[in-house]
Amino acid sequence: MNVTKMFSDAGVVTWRNVMNVRRNPEWLLGATAFPIMFVLMFAYVFGGAIGGPGADGGEYREFLIAGIFAQTVAFNSSYTVIGFASDLQKGIIDRFRALPMSRLAVILGRTTADQVLSVVVLVVMSICGLLIGWRIRGSVVDAVLGYLMILLFAFALSWVGAYIGLISRSVEVANSAGLIWMFPLTFISSAFVPQESLPGVLGSIADWNPFTAAVNATRDLFGNSSPAGWPEPSGWPAENAALYAVLSCVVIIAIFAPLATAQYRKVASK
Amino acid sequence: MSGINGQAAVSARGLAKSYGSTRALDGVDLDVQPGRVLGLLGPNGAGKTTTVRILTTLLKPDAGTAVVAGHDVVAEPDAVRRSIGLSGQYAAVDENLTGFENLYLVGRLYGKKKAAARTRARELLTRFQLEEAADRPSKGYSGGMRRRLDLAGALVAEPAVVILDEPTTGLDPRGRIEMWEVIKELVADGTTVLLTTQYLEEADHLADSIVVIDKGKVIARGTADELKSQIGGERLELVVSEPAELVAAADVLGQVGVGEPAVDEHTRRADVLVDTGPKALVEALRLLDARGVVVQDVALHRPTLDDVFLSLTGHATTQAEEVSR
Ligand SMILES: Nc1ncnc2c1ncn2[C@@H]1O[C@H](COP(=O)(O)OP(=O)(O)OP(=O)(O)O)[C@@H](O)[C@H]1O
Ligand SMILES: [Mg+2]
Repeated sequence: MNVTKMFSDAGVVTWRNVMNVRRNPEWLLGATAFPIMFVLMFAYVFGGAIGGPGADGGEYREFLIAGIFAQTVAFNSSYTVIGFASDLQKGIIDRFRALPMSRLAVILGRTTADQVLSVVVLVVMSICGLLIGWRIRGSVVDAVLGYLMILLFAFALSWVGAYIGLISRSVEVANSAGLIWMFPLTFISSAFVPQESLPGVLGSIADWNPFTAAVNATRDLFGNSSPAGWPEPSGWPAENAALYAVLSCVVIIAIFAPLATAQYRKVASK
Repeated sequence: MSGINGQAAVSARGLAKSYGSTRALDGVDLDVQPGRVLGLLGPNGAGKTTTVRILTTLLKPDAGTAVVAGHDVVAEPDAVRRSIGLSGQYAAVDENLTGFENLYLVGRLYGKKKAAARTRARELLTRFQLEEAADRPSKGYSGGMRRRLDLAGALVAEPAVVILDEPTTGLDPRGRIEMWEVIKELVADGTTVLLTTQYLEEADHLADSIVVIDKGKVIARGTADELKSQIGGERLELVVSEPAELVAAADVLGQVGVGEPAVDEHTRRADVLVDTGPKALVEALRLLDARGVVVQDVALHRPTLDDVFLSLTGHATTQAEEVSR
């Protein structure tokens, strides 16, 4: 199986997956309703309390958006999970496996298609951010790098999602298995609160959580800062957020791509 | 194509596969000659799908070997995949894609260029009478249309060997006959076909040779005629008006049939296997009339899979089903 055929197969599978989503446009509602709700809740309900006294909340809202972006695309990885589980259930994976195509392409086609979705969702969320006063304060190049950071992170997580989808026994299991780990991942982090405010072990977890690094790096690239008076995060991951985030993504993909491919081989041969 | 110098297009030896303590396959041998149709006949749980999955590289056997289109399924799965088309037991069409897109997708994955994949998809849609529905999402297709689309998917790359797992299960009588026509056309074009079915009638209609499996083992093989003669032709069944007349009826059936007649007092029914068909029927009616027995209903059934089973294994297919579940 040569590399050209692998990428061409992955392209075809990506097309198939994107078409699937295009025929079900209601997914966009599902993918953005939650994050928009989160923005409103955090910005206007909790924001006053978290952002500190005296602030009008504008600073906090600006701080919030990078976290929301990262959380939104992280939750998107559950589409990878469900997509695989349902393809398995419907026999689509068997059809693929009986064709002379690359195995990796089936997974790469899925994770890539999910990035197309992430881009669409990021556009919607950016508009939402702009409406509540969020602005990009850095250079255009940095802003683009910020978005790429988020997408790289999303791509890495969707390999985890692929693995979970392929080990799930049913779409229902996949549904919860794909979502449950999102909560600790995205909340024990610097997405919504100053990471320095988290107590003891939680604080250390937040410091080393790749999600924190991705959020901090993106926030930095967007030129958004913490509300005045917040403690600056310290430590190696915080001081090298971009580097640490990129490294984490590479490590996640290096672990989960082979795992998912092996599982793909195994799962359908039952 | 495949099968150089009379070599079988599909050849399996000693295939075995277990799931936990269930022996799904227990030493299955089969051969399909190039351009021929083999019917793999068996009740639910017999091991038909397991055989198909091994032959199409989806499953590795625990033991045994299989060569399809000249390639070993375990050692050269990619070469096998290039030479076969599979239509699985449950139509695996992508519901959100149109019929055209489904076939285009498969064509591209077989390595066809865009234009070639498009042309081939249209060709097949026409051939399978799906032209009108071609550009609608397949979600809205009927069961028969889905099945045809799935089969079309198996033919995209004009494979030398086509493997169909219960191609007509779930189709209405018209859909079934349409599917039979399609399969016959394929064979006329020189394609080798292995198909599984639960119906002797279907194997009879389509297959050059038949392999009967039950509980993972081959219990009979031969042409449809050979199998049928093995179980004595047809079944003559009659219903009398009084339970008391059953004795006489059974006696007459014993004279015209082969083997012991079966009697059911509750339904006032008696039947027996016959090997002379209508002649036995006429003879039986004449004898019964002479004895003054009033016959309410009479029928000559062609052997069903049940009859084959009954005679081969001593148990009916429904029992086989229960045991395997
Ligand atoms: N993945 C599996 N796990 C456990 N047991 C299985 C699995 N697949 C098949 N079996 C068992 O193996 C046996 C053969 O199954 P198989 O699907 O090959 O039968 P079949 O002839 O195709 O039946 P049907 O007509 O119902 O499709 C059955 O007893 C079945 O329960
Ligand atoms: Mg089956």
